[in-house]
Amino acid sequence: MLTFSPVSVSFFIMALFTIGGGLGVVTTRNLVHAALFLVLSLFGIAGLYVLLEAPYLAVIQVLVYVGAISILITITVMVTRRLMGIEETYNRQWPIAAIISGLLGAGLIALVVAQFGALTPVADVPVDNIEQLGRAFVTHQGFLLPFEVASVLLLAAMIGSIVISRDV
Amino acid sequence: MSDFVIFLIDALVKSLIIVVSLLTGFAYTTVLERRVIARIQVRIGPNRAGPFGLLQPVSEGLKLFFKEDIVPNEADKVIFTLAPVITAVPALIVLAVVPLGSEVTIPFLNYTTSLGLSDINVGVLYILAVTSISVYGITLAGWASANKYAMLGGLRSAAQMISYELALGVSLLVPVSLAGSLSLGAIINAQDPVWFVFYPIVGQVAAAIFYIAILAETNRAPFDLPEAEQELTAGYHTEYSGMKFAAFFMAEYMKMIAVSAIFASLFLGGYRLFGLEDLLGGWMGPLILAGKVVASLVFMIWLRATLPRFRYDRLMSFGWKVLLPVSLVTLVLTWVVIVLELIPVAL
Amino acid sequence: MVTLEFYLIVAAILFSIGVYGVLARRNAVAILMSVELMLNAVNLNLVAFWRFLAPTELNGFVFAVFVFAVAAAEAAVGLALIISIYRNRQTVLAEQINMLKW
Repeated sequence: MLTFSPVSVSFFIMALFTIGGGLGVVTTRNLVHAALFLVLSLFGIAGLYVLLEAPYLAVIQVLVYVGAISILITITVMVTRRLMGIEETYNRQWPIAAIISGLLGAGLIALVVAQFGALTPVADVPVDNIEQLGRAFVTHQGFLLPFEVASVLLLAAMIGSIVISRDV
Repeated sequence: MSDFVIFLIDALVKSLIIVVSLLTGFAYTTVLERRVIARIQVRIGPNRAGPFGLLQPVSEGLKLFFKEDIVPNEADKVIFTLAPVITAVPALIVLAVVPLGSEVTIPFLNYTTSLGLSDINVGVLYILAVTSISVYGITLAGWASANKYAMLGGLRSAAQMISYELALGVSLLVPVSLAGSLSLGAIINAQDPVWFVFYPIVGQVAAAIFYIAILAETNRAPFDLPEAEQELTAGYHTEYSGMKFAAFFMAEYMKMIAVSAIFASLFLGGYRLFGLEDLLGGWMGPLILAGKVVASLVFMIWLRATLPRFRYDRLMSFGWKVLLPVSLVTLVLTWVVIVLELIPVAL
Repeated sequence: MVTLEFYLIVAAILFSIGVYGVLARRNAVAILMSVELMLNAVNLNLVAFWRFLAPTELNGFVFAVFVFAVAAAEAAVGLALIISIYRNRQTVLAEQINMLKW
């Protein structure tokens, strides 16, 4: 179970950031504030990755999510000022949405506690983990094909977003 | 004492030293800048407060401290206050992964430690991540001020920093490929006999692109469009005064110091200089790094005194149409060089 | 020691928050942000499972990396669509973007 240790304290701080930021995103009316709450939540997740001994993913999380995706959202909100002048935050179905998501969350938590109670890591993370990852991306026994598909996806997304948002 | 307590004290003391030296460095970089620019413009510069004007930053700091702190009526109060903090934090934390010297033993305590906070094995990515979050502070400051000049400056800075981040990232991969590691310690060690900047063509081109990109990232002249005072009054910090303005000012100079240290570590051999770093029981390393940082700072100031500001569209087309393709070609060339083993590579 | 279930509980809560945001918010940009929250919750799950159940293999790790790539693509295209709709119809309210409904 849970004992008082530096790791568990950091875990709770990061979990608080993550969930608090998430709540901020869905409840704040001002969209720039919502985007900043999103950044807070993403930082919390990055901290959790560090605690899960995946510093590479933590850094990529900050680089991709905080540095690219959230800044894109923030700037989109900033340059379209009328986006923020919306009177009501929620639509008419919000009570149903609250019930659905509450039930979903409760169900997931119950499932998780029943299935994976108090599990500790089965092994340590290999030291040359990132090196293995790098090699796996360029060998066909590893993930060469998915890697190439992901690059094509990114290229398609780039061209697509330029074409869609172009001022004709 | 348990291991964890020792680790905690070690980390705290090192962080404190890094932060304090960055803050002191910031204060004296401003004096250095004013004195050097004055020399270049055949003036004398501030020399009244203290010997050689060394107390000038103290008096400036006190002055800013007593200025009224104005928050515009229409401004978004929370973000307006938060933006200077968000701008200053990346500058303070980016040096965490840069090794400042080899191992030293602290006298009396008989405690051996490495100089440098934490040489993690994804150090280069960490630097990229931290530079990418520094866009926020300036953009948010521009937006929260509710001022058209500030908004324009903020948007300019966002576009500029994001565009030059690409060239920065790609040129940064050249030393990474040459050293075969993402850890700055390993990159410095790989430059032990020959600095990367002396590697023919690939090293020099990558170093030049990296330097241009960090000038753009720190919003230094000739890329100081976000605060172009002739057209935007003062850009993103138009509405800021007092200590909040000082925070922006501080962030800019601390960023200059930090990126100079990173540049020195990636291309100029970091704290190493022909084995001299082992003198004084290893304490020479930080001094050598400081010397390289000061050289880089003087170069930045020299550029500011010499070059006129870019026009905005030229800045963008330079970043996208020149720097990015050239850096990509350099990276491919580096890989060709490594695969053909044209230069000895520590793999 | 923080055990696996705690990470999974955090991920589950974050996912539910994201679901709520997608269902209840009116603004398309806010919906996009909620989708990002859900993607992050899933990613946290993947990394937690990787760390606790198979840390010597790469599969969970690689999955997380691909989720990053897909999320970046999703955000770029999504925001481009929102901007395009905003230009043509002067609205970003999800319930007013209903041209294809009948």
